[in-house]
Amino acid sequence: MHGFAHHSGLEVGSAAVPGFHPLAANLRYLPLHVAFGLLAAAMVIAAVGVVTTKNVVHAALYLVVVLAGVAGLYILAAAEFVAAVQVLVYIGAIVVLFLFGIMLTRAPIGRTADLDNDQRLPAVLVALALAGLLGTILVNAYGDKKVTPDQPVHTAPVSIALFQQFVIPFEVVSVLLLAALIGAVVLARRD
Amino acid sequence: MLLNEFLLLSAFLFCAGVYGALARKNGVLVLMSIELILNAANINLVAFGAFHGNDVTGQIFALFTIAIAAAEVGVGLAIVLLIYRNRRSIDLPDVADMSG
Repeated sequence: MHGFAHHSGLEVGSAAVPGFHPLAANLRYLPLHVAFGLLAAAMVIAAVGVVTTKNVVHAALYLVVVLAGVAGLYILAAAEFVAAVQVLVYIGAIVVLFLFGIMLTRAPIGRTADLDNDQRLPAVLVALALAGLLGTILVNAYGDKKVTPDQPVHTAPVSIALFQQFVIPFEVVSVLLLAALIGAVVLARRD
Repeated sequence: MLLNEFLLLSAFLFCAGVYGALARKNGVLVLMSIELILNAANINLVAFGAFHGNDVTGQIFALFTIAIAAAEVGVGLAIVLLIYRNRRSIDLPDVADMSG
């Protein structure tokens, strides 16, 4: 992948810096690539763990690793605010909600062989077919396109867009959250 | 960074989530798999936002998706609790009353 990036020219990243040696320009992004590789390896292992582990609590903890990795990816893609929200909402709230759900339903804490249904083989086939399809399409469509997150996107432009251009969807989402809150209370109420 | 590094990782997360949603029996685990799928979509939104320069629209959409995912998990877990209260089990194949 890196060799390919090297040969295909550095039209976006370093073309703006005249007199910059291509190899040096490539080395500039090396820490990003290393960080991405580490995050990707951890996320792949943890995602497989979420869907295959025999222990419900371990699945929730693997999910924490995946979600933290996604937050790391947001930082690599220069989206600081989304990364912070990801940590706060997903790891802080949703995983805790999952753990509460596991405990309130008295799920078998500890190893159990009884978490999968009898569709495992068709599910593997569907997942592999999807992976092949998506992989082929993505490689063909975006083969050597580059993302150049040189400058982090600060919170101010995000909030300006959120409260000017997108203020109506923002209000709609707040109504949706209220509806979900009331719905969850009504559903879970004992009467 | 290649755009495809993000997109292929997100495609992998999506496929893992699809596998989990199809193969898991426990309701909470199915909800976790759906979270994997939503996160894959979010990575795509942020990656394409970064790909299109200083456009923050992708990030805004990712924020909306995070809020909607929170609502979805709240309602989903309430439904799972209700199923557990009525049947003492959250194994989804047992909840097939509406499958005709």
